[in-house]
Amino acid sequence: MKGHEDHEDHAMKIPGQQAPSDGPEALLTVEGLVKHFPITKGLLRRQVGAVQAVDGLTFDVRTGETLGVVGESGCGKSTMGRLITRLLEPTGGRVAFQGKDISHLGVAGMRPLRRDIQMIFQDPYSSLNPRHTVGTIVGAPFRLQGIAPEGGVKKEVQRLLELVGLSPEHYNRYPHEFSGGQRQRIGIARALALNPKLVVADEPVSALDVSIQAQVVNLLDDLQDELGLTYVIIAHDLSVIRHVSDRIAVMYLGKLVELTDRTSLYTKPMHPYTKALLSAVPVPDPKRRAKRERILLKGDVPSPISPPSGCRFHTRCWKATDVCKTQEPPLLALEPGHQVACHHPENAPEAATAGTTGG
Amino acid sequence: MFAYIVRRLFAVIVMLLVVILVTFGIFFAIPKFTGSDPALMYVGKQADPAAIEGIREKLGLGKPILEQFWNFVSGLFAGRDYVSANDSVHCPAPCFGYSFRHESPIWPELTSRLPVTLSLAGGACVLWVTGGVLTGVVSALKRGTVWDRTAMTVALSGVSLPIYFTALLSLAVFKYKLGWVGGEYTSFADDPGSWFGGLILPWVTLAFLYAAMYARLTRATMLEVLGEDYIRTARAKGLAEPVVIGKHAMRSTMTPILTVLGMDLGALVGGAILTETAFSLPGLGQAAVAAINERDLPMILGVTLITASAVVFANLVVDLLYAVIDPRVRLS
Amino acid sequence: MTTAPAPGPGDAPTAFLEVRDLRIHFPTDDGLVKSVDGLSFQLEKGRTLGIVGESGSGKSVTSLGIMGLHTVGQYGRRRARISGEIWLDGKELMSADPDEVRRLRGREMAMIFQDPLSAMHPYFTIGHQITEAYLVHHSDAGKKAARKRAVELLDRVGIPQPDRRVDDYPHQFSGGMRQRAMIAMALVNNPELLIADEPTTALDVTVQAQILDLIRDLQKEFGSAVIVITHDLGVVAELADDILVMYGGRCVERGPAEKVFSEPRHPYTWGLLGSMPRIDREQTDRLIPVKGSPPSLINIPSGCAFNPRCPYADVPAGGITRTERPELRLVTGGDGAAGGGRHWSACHMAEEERTRIWTEEIAPKL
Repeated sequence: MKGHEDHEDHAMKIPGQQAPSDGPEALLTVEGLVKHFPITKGLLRRQVGAVQAVDGLTFDVRTGETLGVVGESGCGKSTMGRLITRLLEPTGGRVAFQGKDISHLGVAGMRPLRRDIQMIFQDPYSSLNPRHTVGTIVGAPFRLQGIAPEGGVKKEVQRLLELVGLSPEHYNRYPHEFSGGQRQRIGIARALALNPKLVVADEPVSALDVSIQAQVVNLLDDLQDELGLTYVIIAHDLSVIRHVSDRIAVMYLGKLVELTDRTSLYTKPMHPYTKALLSAVPVPDPKRRAKRERILLKGDVPSPISPPSGCRFHTRCWKATDVCKTQEPPLLALEPGHQVACHHPENAPEAATAGTTGG
Repeated sequence: MFAYIVRRLFAVIVMLLVVILVTFGIFFAIPKFTGSDPALMYVGKQADPAAIEGIREKLGLGKPILEQFWNFVSGLFAGRDYVSANDSVHCPAPCFGYSFRHESPIWPELTSRLPVTLSLAGGACVLWVTGGVLTGVVSALKRGTVWDRTAMTVALSGVSLPIYFTALLSLAVFKYKLGWVGGEYTSFADDPGSWFGGLILPWVTLAFLYAAMYARLTRATMLEVLGEDYIRTARAKGLAEPVVIGKHAMRSTMTPILTVLGMDLGALVGGAILTETAFSLPGLGQAAVAAINERDLPMILGVTLITASAVVFANLVVDLLYAVIDPRVRLS
Repeated sequence: MTTAPAPGPGDAPTAFLEVRDLRIHFPTDDGLVKSVDGLSFQLEKGRTLGIVGESGSGKSVTSLGIMGLHTVGQYGRRRARISGEIWLDGKELMSADPDEVRRLRGREMAMIFQDPLSAMHPYFTIGHQITEAYLVHHSDAGKKAARKRAVELLDRVGIPQPDRRVDDYPHQFSGGMRQRAMIAMALVNNPELLIADEPTTALDVTVQAQILDLIRDLQKEFGSAVIVITHDLGVVAELADDILVMYGGRCVERGPAEKVFSEPRHPYTWGLLGSMPRIDREQTDRLIPVKGSPPSLINIPSGCAFNPRCPYADVPAGGITRTERPELRLVTGGDGAAGGGRHWSACHMAEEERTRIWTEEIAPKL
C-alpha cells in the first residue's frame, strides 16, 4: 500500500514540474507509468505485497530518435518495454501513442496498433517457434493482421529477409539451421514486416557474440536510416547504449533517475548512480587501468518488493543525507534537456543545486 | 519450518474433508439426482420392498442431503446408529459404513485386511526402491554401454508387461513347478518365517513393475543432475568421484523419486488389486474386488476412503521430507 | 628465431604453468568436435593471463582441460580425446595418475565459475561447501578448524557477518555475494593457480566492478597465477598482464595486454576491437564488425581458420591462407624489453603489411 501512496504523490508532482511535451515530435508519451505485480500467499491468494517493478515513469519518445534505456537487473526496464508495447497492462499512469491513450486498450483495441508498435526480444533461441519455417515466422504478422501485401506474402517476406541481410532462399528453412546472429535477424525481419513506426528492442544483442553483436547493431542503425524508425532500445550494456542512442534514460528500482542526451550523460552525468554505473564499466584499454577513478558502490540493488524510502538509491549512495531518506527527489530539468532526480546532483549548475537541496 | 508444517497439516485437513465430500457425493448425492435408488444398491437387486424401505430409513435417505452428510461425517468420528421402525444396529466409531449384506460394520473388516496390504506394499517398496534406484544410477553412470541398454530394455519390459502376466508366470514357475516358495499369507506376529515365504513372490512381482519405472526415472534424473554446474564444482574441489555421485548427485536425484514414491505408496495402500487377487492375498484390494462383485456398496466406499486418505497422508510425508532435503522449501 | 619455440615432448618446463600442444576433441554423432586444437602457452606465478574468444573458441574447454575435468565423470562411451602436455609446478598432469590430479584439484589449482547460483549445490550451506573443499585436502583438520577457515575466508572476500552467513544456503545470498562465496571456496586451500571462467558475466556492472577489484586484490595478496577467461575485452583489460586470443580452438595472438590492445597484429583481434562499442569515447561512425559467423568446430576451415571471415585473406600470394595453417610467430619489436613479455601472432600476411594496415586503415577508425 505504501508504494501506491508514493505513486500518487509522484504522479501529482511530476506533471506540474515537468510537463511532458505533447508536441508533434512525441511519438509515444508516458506519464506516471506504474506496474506493480501482486505477491499472493496461501490458499486464498491473499495479496501480501507487490513487486514495484515500474513505479512512476514520465518520458516521451520522439519521432525518429533512439531512446536508450539502461539499468541493472531488477530496475524495471524490461517491464517498461512490455508496458509501452502493451504486452502488459499498466497498474497506473498513461501511455499514449501518437496522442491516443492506449493504457487500457484490450486485445481488439490494440490490434490496429500492433502494426505500428513492434518488439524485438533478447533471446533469439526461445523467441522463434522451432516448428515454423522462417517464411511462416516472418509472414505471421500479415496473417494475423489480415493484410495481403502487394505481390503476395512470400515475395514480401523474401524482400524482408534481404533487407535484414539474409538470403531470400532461407524462406523454407527452420530456425535451428541458423546461428544466433541470423536468428536475431529473423526476429528483426518479423518486427519490420508491417512497417512499424516504433520498435522496442529488449536487450537485442546481449545474447550474441561480440563480432555478431556489431553486425546487428549496424543493421539496426541502417534500418533506422532507411525506414525512418523510432527505437526504444533497452540494454544493460552501457557501451552498446552509448553507441546506439540519441537520448538515454537511466533507471534504478522502477524509477527514472536521469534522462538526457547521449553526450551529456556520458561526459557529465548528474545522478550519482549514473556516475557510479559509468565508472564501473571496464574500459577496454589496459593503459587507462591505473589512471581511472572508480566509484565502488556498496552492496547490491535492494529488493523492488520493499524499496528504500525517499530516494531509492540512498542506501548505496555516498552523497546521501537525511533528506534523501525521507523525501523522494522529483525528476527535474536542471539544464535544458537534462532531467535528473537527485537531491545532490553532480556536475549541476550552482543555482539548480541550491534550489533542490533547499526544497 | 514450524509455519510450513502447520500450513501442510492445515492443507491435509482440507484435503481430507474434500475427499469425504467427494466420496459422499458419489455414493449418496449423485444417485439422488440421477434417480437411481441408493437403498437398492445397498441391499442388492433381489431384496423385497420391505427390506429396502427399512434400509432407506436406517440410512436416512429421505432426509435433506446436508443432514445426511452431517450424519456420515459424525459417524466417522463418533460412530452412529442405523435405526428403523423395526430394529437398529450400532456402528462404533470410526464408522466407515455398515454392510447390510454382511450385517457388520465395515471398519473391523478393513482393519483386519490392512496389515496384509501394508506388508505387501511395504516389502515391495523396499525392494523396488533399492533395486530401481541402484539400477538407474549404474545405468546413468554407464550411459550408452551394454549394461545400460540391457537394464533399460528389461526396465521397459517391466513397465509394459501386465502384472497378472508376470504374477501368473512367477507363480507357475516358482511355486508350482519348482516349489521354492510356499503357501498362504500368515501374519507376521504368528510366524515371521512363513510371513516372509508367503509374501516373497508377490513382493518380487510387484517390485519388478515399480523397480522398472524407478530405474528409468532415476537414470533420467541422474543424467540431468550430472550435467549440473554444481557437480562440476564438486569435482573441481577435488572430491573423489564416489563422494560426488553418492553425496552431491544423489541428494538432488532423490527429490523427484520421493514425489513419485509418495503417490505410489499411497495408492498401494488402497490395495494392489491385481497382485492381491493373483496371489490370493486377503488384503484391501481383494476386498474391493469382492465388494464390487457383490455390489457391497459400503465396503467399496470404505476402501475408497482409506485409499484417498492414504494418498493424502503419503503426500504429507513427502512434503515434510522435501523440507528436510531442500532448504529452499524450508526457508521460503 | 621467428617461430614459436617448440620444446620437445617431455622436456622440462620453463614456466610455472606450461601447456604444450593441447588438443581436446569430442566425438559426436555429427563428427569430431575439435574444441581445442593445438594450444600452447606459459604462465608464471603472480601473473594474470586473459584468454579471450567468442563462444565456441575453445576457451572454457581449455580451462576445464587444465583442471583435468574432461577425464573425470565422463561416463559412457563418448569420452573426450585429449592429448598434449600440461605442466604445473614441474609436474606433468596428462600422464599423471588420475587420483594424483584429483588431489591437486582444489588445492594447487582452483576454479571460479560463471554462474555462482548454478555452480553451488542448492541443498548444502555455503559453509558446508567451503569446509568440504578444505577437509578433502586436509584430512587431519577437524570440522571446527575447517569452519573457522571458512568464516575467515568469507570475511576476507567481503561477506558481512561471516560467522552468521556461513550457515546460509546459496539461495539466501545475492548474486554478488554468491560469487564472493565462490571465490572464498576456490581460495580455501591457497591455490597457486586460479582459473576464473567468465567470473563476472552473470553479474550486474556495479557488482562486476566489486568482484574484479576483489580478484585483483587477492592476486596481489596470494601471488598466485591467474587465468581469466572471458568474452569481454573490458574485463581482460582490467585484469590481465598477458592476453591470449583464441579462434577456432587455436591461439591467434598472444602478448602483453598493452601490446595486444595498442598494436594488435592479427585481423581477428582487429575485428574484435572494431566490433566493440566504446564507453570511453564518442563514436558516431558505424562499428566495424567481422563478417560471417564463428566456424563450426566439426569443419574447421582448412588453412587459417579465420580465412573465410578475413578481409585480407587474399593479400598473401598463392591462396596460402586456405591451404596452410599459420604458425605463431614472434612479432618483430614485440620482444619488448620493458614489458618483459613477448608478442606472438599467427597470420600469413607479412608483418610490415599488417603493421601498415593497422596503423593506416584500422586504428584511425576505432
